[in-house]
Amino acid sequence: MRPAPPALFRSRALHPDPAWRGRVGMALLAVVVVWPMAVLAEFHPSILFDRQSLGATWRFLADFLPPAHDPAFLSMLLRETWQTVAIATAGLTLALLGAIPATLLATDRLSISRLGGGRMRPAGVLLRQGVRWLLVLLRSVPELVWALLLVRIVGLGPTAGVLAIALTYCGMLGKVYAEILESSESHACEALLRNGAGRLAALCYGALPEAASELVSYTIYRWECAIRGSVVMGFVGAGGLGQRMDESMKMLAGGEVSAMLLVFVLLVAAADLVSAMLRKRLG
Amino acid sequence: MRRPRARQAPGAPPPPPPRAWSGWALGLALAALVAASFASLPLRWAAFFTPEAARGTLDFLAGFAPPETAPAFLRKTAWATLETLSMSALGTLLAAGAALPMALFAAGRFGPGARAACRALLNILRSIPELVWAAILLIAAGLGPFAGTLALAAHTTGVLGRLFADALENVAPLPEHTLRANGAAPLAAFFYAALPQALPQMLSYTLYRWENNIRAAAILGVVGAGGLGQMLKYHLSLFQTQQAASVILAMLLLVAAVDAISFSLRRAVTR
Repeated sequence: MRPAPPALFRSRALHPDPAWRGRVGMALLAVVVVWPMAVLAEFHPSILFDRQSLGATWRFLADFLPPAHDPAFLSMLLRETWQTVAIATAGLTLALLGAIPATLLATDRLSISRLGGGRMRPAGVLLRQGVRWLLVLLRSVPELVWALLLVRIVGLGPTAGVLAIALTYCGMLGKVYAEILESSESHACEALLRNGAGRLAALCYGALPEAASELVSYTIYRWECAIRGSVVMGFVGAGGLGQRMDESMKMLAGGEVSAMLLVFVLLVAAADLVSAMLRKRLG
Repeated sequence: MRRPRARQAPGAPPPPPPRAWSGWALGLALAALVAASFASLPLRWAAFFTPEAARGTLDFLAGFAPPETAPAFLRKTAWATLETLSMSALGTLLAAGAALPMALFAAGRFGPGARAACRALLNILRSIPELVWAAILLIAAGLGPFAGTLALAAHTTGVLGRLFADALENVAPLPEHTLRANGAAPLAAFFYAALPQALPQMLSYTLYRWENNIRAAAILGVVGAGGLGQMLKYHLSLFQTQQAASVILAMLLLVAAVDAISFSLRRAVTR
């Protein structure tokens, strides 16, 4: 009979993974945490496989091929796609109209009392904080919620979408513009302000040349996001591709839905491409 | 420089560089795009700026104050908030679980053909937003938070799969090669050499997406996929604006809390 191996080696030989206790413990902990969540989120994968829902899904998906392609539908699709782009562009333009003045009010860079390490005047602090809070409020309400509210006010259609994008993106652009200005090189702007230049001149000749390409690049990125957002907002009735997609979805017209999804994926890819190209030009 | 310096007065600044025409063309195209957008949209500003429309708007907005604060309603809102959180956590978890195996294909571990196919699939998953996924999945999963969870999972799988694949491709290959050369099985070499290197980055991507998904989950419900959004849609369509105001406030609080927690966590980790 062979002698038993020493205790040290025996315990090592028990399991090939030295960290198994920790792993099993973490897995158990994860199950304990995830279980109540699954109950709360009504997580029943069996729903997916019961006969009724399988049948409905199958009929819907079988309709996907071929995508709808009669001329009337295609011309409608083209019109709605343009409307989606137009909503995003018009919304972003209006957002800029609000965001640029808000940036001028909010940015520390144009404070004269702060020059040379001084403290900002209380009125200046109050005004800047006030504008910042307004911007925070505008952007922390999701665009979809803005659209939902605005549809109640101005009715179904692209007006609600344009306004919702304008409000949300005004908040986002204003905040980020102020941050970009504040994080750029400050010498030129400060020198101008100290020597008595007006705030607007200091902005145009001191701060903007330092930050212009970053500002434009961020704006283009947001335009891309606005196109995606305007499709989504269509689902609450704010016009464009999303609204038609919602209608086709409710009628379970799989062919129309698949054509729209295809157009949507292409549109997002195109916006992505254009935005990447423009931003590359800025270097 | 082509222009001779001698013609310039001494001390005068050098002439500005010539502008590229493509910049002007781009600016013109942009202006045309903006003009065409405004011209082609059937915008109804009249519905907004006439006196009676303004009064209607003010009445509508005044209906939101004060928000509903009955304890029973607040309890319902709190449950919906928890439901939103659960949806986002489960959706992210499912997505991370599905993204890891797909990332193996997308990182080119099973040949370039599988890599291209898998990346295309991930791109499609990613380019359809959560809300559209939710609207599609309602047909299979029925109304309620389950559809929302699956929608979050579908979109997030696309995002995380791509990020995981990039993380796996950027891993230093030598440790894995060493294990393989010394006779370890491919799976063991992957689990003990490649994965531990990529895991911290994958974890931070997953947490970041969870943060995004909490925000998305709050609004997914407007197409009927559970959580706070479904409550908001329900009360707004019944014109119960005070209840809707409470739900919007709950959404804002949830998003603000997530922002604050992630900001302080990030600062604690990076310091």
